[in-house]
Amino acid sequence: MNSFYGKIVTTWLCLIIPLTTLAQQKNMVLVKGGEFIPLYGVDSATVKVNSFFMDVYPVTNAEYQQFVIDHPKWRKSKVLKLYADASYLANWENDTTFSKDFLPDAPITSVSWFAAKSYCEYQGKRLPTVDEWEYAAMADAVSPDARKKEDYNKYILSWYETSNTIKNPIGSTFKNYWGIYDLHGAAWEWTLDFNSVLISGESRKDVDKDSDLFCGSAAVGASDLMNYAAFMRYAFRGSIKAQYSIKNLGFRCIQDVNTNQ
Amino acid sequence: MKNTANHSFWDIKKAMVLALFIAILPSCSNDKPTIRNPKDMPITGQVIADLTSPPNVPVPIGDRKAKKVIVNMEILEQEGTMTDGVKYIYWTFGGSVPGSFIRTRVGDEVEFTLSNHPDNKLPHNIDLHAVTGPGGGAESSFVAPGHEKTFSFKTLNPGLYVYHCATAPVGMHIANGMYGLILVEPEGGLPPVDKEYYVMQGDFYTKGANGERGLQAFDMQKAVNEDADYVVFNGQVNGLTGDNALTANVGETIRLFVGNGGPNLVSSFHVIGEIFDKVSVEGGSMVNKNVQTTLIPAGGAAMVEFKVDVPGTLVLVDHSIFRAFNKGALGMLKVSGEEDEQVYSGTQMEGIYLPEGSGIQTMPSTATAKEEAPQELSLAEKLNLGKTVYQQTCFACHQPEGQGIPTIFPPLAKADYLNADVNRAIDIVLHGKSGEITVNGTKYNSVMTKQTLTDNEIASVLTYVYNNWGNNKSEVTGAMVKSRRNIK
Ligand code: HEC
Ligand SMILES: [Cu+2]
Repeated sequence: MNSFYGKIVTTWLCLIIPLTTLAQQKNMVLVKGGEFIPLYGVDSATVKVNSFFMDVYPVTNAEYQQFVIDHPKWRKSKVLKLYADASYLANWENDTTFSKDFLPDAPITSVSWFAAKSYCEYQGKRLPTVDEWEYAAMADAVSPDARKKEDYNKYILSWYETSNTIKNPIGSTFKNYWGIYDLHGAAWEWTLDFNSVLISGESRKDVDKDSDLFCGSAAVGASDLMNYAAFMRYAFRGSIKAQYSIKNLGFRCIQDVNTNQ
Repeated sequence: MKNTANHSFWDIKKAMVLALFIAILPSCSNDKPTIRNPKDMPITGQVIADLTSPPNVPVPIGDRKAKKVIVNMEILEQEGTMTDGVKYIYWTFGGSVPGSFIRTRVGDEVEFTLSNHPDNKLPHNIDLHAVTGPGGGAESSFVAPGHEKTFSFKTLNPGLYVYHCATAPVGMHIANGMYGLILVEPEGGLPPVDKEYYVMQGDFYTKGANGERGLQAFDMQKAVNEDADYVVFNGQVNGLTGDNALTANVGETIRLFVGNGGPNLVSSFHVIGEIFDKVSVEGGSMVNKNVQTTLIPAGGAAMVEFKVDVPGTLVLVDHSIFRAFNKGALGMLKVSGEEDEQVYSGTQMEGIYLPEGSGIQTMPSTATAKEEAPQELSLAEKLNLGKTVYQQTCFACHQPEGQGIPTIFPPLAKADYLNADVNRAIDIVLHGKSGEITVNGTKYNSVMTKQTLTDNEIASVLTYVYNNWGNNKSEVTGAMVKSRRNIK
């Protein structure tokens, strides 16, 4: 998708029907819907995901800067405490300037769920659900579902142990099957319903709660590294609240594909 | 007891039954007006807990009253050194592995704040085995990066307890170093000793094999297979050797708080050259005496006590012995005598049993030793001292006659590698050695840790080795060792 075409589409959208999303905006790619079994779905049943467009990259510092310039209520001095805790944009020099330590094209982090959600909505987009995010993120470079591949899982696990990846520019990781970058290897990303699968943090207790979810991995079929990677993502999501702003947590947006078209 | 003889047998029996009866009844009046149930102990005042990193422990509680104890613990995910040239990302309670030592007494009310540093990637929590309550605090302490959680508990049972992170996947959080010890002292404190230290074993699983250089990632597969690359004390191969060695003086009583974080391996904790006078088995209230090796389960602990009678280096090991000599589970406690080095060696000679029946070793007299301490030793003196050092230090790996163990420990007998270069041999003893070498046609690729010995000890042990077992009879001097010490 070249950006020229993308621009035309965007402009056209803005002018004609700003509130209905019929086609993708620039720098988004189509993730073709399908069914999959999320690792920790509520009852490990198959989940159907509709087709959607997803941002190729996470939202950057520069993009978010423009957002707060345009929308003063999301500046760090103005934002309601209810919507963002004290760590919101913690490293910013002032209301509209991000820290010199970070690149303009590195992912924005230290933003709350409310802020991320609002950002997407202003673009005519929305945050992905956990299922949508996991569906897009189970792809490696060549296949839509790489969860059984050892290398894929090792890559993710090693990222979880690498610090400072939010200092890298977007696109520093691999391009996945759908053409999306940085789902693993840059920053954690907000999801719309991040707390839908409740992980108490007491993993052994979680075992009792839902044995289907956790016992399978406790018996550790040795190749089930994927469970560990996913464990950690779900544990992370379980530890956060919507007003939290966390240094390694950013976001990207998606857009529904209008099926009536 | 002098009246006892006048009592009839029946009287004695009655008295005994009565005594037994009193002992059984917990609420019976006791001479001490102690409140028995820790739950009901009154709290008098508040203190901020002094947390220490290993091998140190905070000062004993002595006879202080039960208090509100504020504990502030910070979680840090940070890079550290596993062994020379090998880095690892540790997840830590308080910046060290094991995490900070927490010292409380029974009846304390602990207000625990767990902070997860904003730079951290992951959520964490803490499960304190000293806590009576769901998950040992894990659920109420589950905390995202950049946040903190506070919860409170009362210490009801005296003992030494493990704490650890219990966030999914638990094994990985523990394998990366998230464990430590919390001590709950009984009322009135533990009996005083001269020195106390904090030692904790852990097993580590790295992508590269043992000794492979660079930043090593955690290997989940090896962890699942329980195939450890490193088994270490205090988080790294040299956690308790060299500058990190424990120290004590002759005549002192030592108490070690020993824990085992796991995640997988059970420790056969042993101190070469010592017998534990007392062991608080599994960190609980049962005391065993005269113990050679005590078993410390993963997620468990023990308190061991012993008096050090002779100067020298005591070696702490997991007596599952390949872990000690090949994977790093080896620490040192250096015991200094009152006198200088020569006396110290002299004293050692009395305590050592030489199975080969080498006869009585004559050491220089104390008077001359004092003057000559910094000077070169004669060849005969070196051969004597060298034999002692060899028996104490090198023997375990290189074997009694220097024959080594093929492919694991290279030989020092008729060894081409040794005879080829004296300075290289000095360097190996001074600085340790890893990487592939070929000795007498056999390849070795292992790790010898640096040996913490004095210049004269190294000169002596090498002279002893060179003058035995068909080697080239080189003589090494203290000055030669000294001159190599600063090169690296
Ligand atoms: C913990 C076990 C251990 C101890 C204790 C130990 N060594 Fe070694 N030593 C080794 C290993 C393993 C190697 C081979 C290292 C390698 O593969 O790079 C080695 C290599 C050597 C070498 C070079 C190879 C050869 O055969 O010539 C010398 C010399 C040596 N050791 C001397 C000593 C002396 C002297 C002492 C006592 C002061 C000692 N070592 C104590 C394990 C040990
Ligand atoms: Cu943890």
